[in-house]
Amino acid sequence: MNTVSPRALLVRGMLAGLLAGVAAFLVAYLLGESKVDAAIAIEEAGEAAHDHAEAAPVSRALQATAGLGTGTLLYGIALGGIAALVFCFALGRIGRFGPRATAALVSGGLFLTVGLVPFLKYPANPPAVGDPDTVVRRTTLYLLMIALSVLLASGALILGRRLAPRLGNWNASVLASVAFVAAVGTAYALLPAVNEVPEDFPAALIWQFRLASLAIQAVVWTTFGLAFGFLAERAIAPAAAPKEAVQPTS
Amino acid sequence: MAHSAVPASAPVAVAPISLSALAPWAAFAAVVTLFLLYLVGVEQGAAALFQGDTVHEWMHDGRHLLGFPCH
Repeated sequence: MNTVSPRALLVRGMLAGLLAGVAAFLVAYLLGESKVDAAIAIEEAGEAAHDHAEAAPVSRALQATAGLGTGTLLYGIALGGIAALVFCFALGRIGRFGPRATAALVSGGLFLTVGLVPFLKYPANPPAVGDPDTVVRRTTLYLLMIALSVLLASGALILGRRLAPRLGNWNASVLASVAFVAAVGTAYALLPAVNEVPEDFPAALIWQFRLASLAIQAVVWTTFGLAFGFLAERAIAPAAAPKEAVQPTS
Repeated sequence: MAHSAVPASAPVAVAPISLSALAPWAAFAAVVTLFLLYLVGVEQGAAALFQGDTVHEWMHDGRHLLGFPCH
């Protein structure tokens, strides 16, 4: 068993997550804020704008800077902690991958399962899109989709590991991926659709907003994967099995 | 060549971390991180622990851009 402490990896995961949160903030501020502003302008131009306009407890300037920073940084730290735990479990259990490669695979897998798969069914929406009365239902469905995605991905992973001795790693991974895509497709088909985009809302704006949201996810997981891989490798190096001189270092 | 059965490029296997060592940290970190995500994504939206809408308004832009249903 590996003697590296989960605590050491958890701390490093949250640090890498903090860095990912900073990167997310920059992308959100540079790519996303103009889209949020444009959507709020449409919202306020529309009939009976809700609570943003009248006596907002937090000004737009604060929401777009300190507020956005708080959200993205806490989000990064939390995801970093969760990803570090997944890494602790995955290390040495998903094949012959070193710490950096495991960190990259875990990050890619989490981007897919908690980012992309839920996004394709219930994408991010700018202000002015979405009926406040259905927020509980939409949140429930969104969280349910994330849970389902994680569950199906875990199932696919177990399936792949089971098939590997018979079919080889490549074929087993392809088959498990096909099973995952088919299962996700079935979940998409069975879960209710949510489309509350107003009739006259600009299509280009919603596309750009969602693209910015997806870019944030991609940046969070890429930054985390690279930063945590670096930190984890250094934390684990002394505990790893000794390398032999004849083998090229990986 | 003592290792002729193993391709030269195969990385050395890394030992896994024992589950009993991981479990308490997993439980602790799951509570903390899920609470943080709840604060960022859900509080004073679909559910509320605190009165008012300051948390909601403070997290507003992040909530939209990170993909949570906001309002």
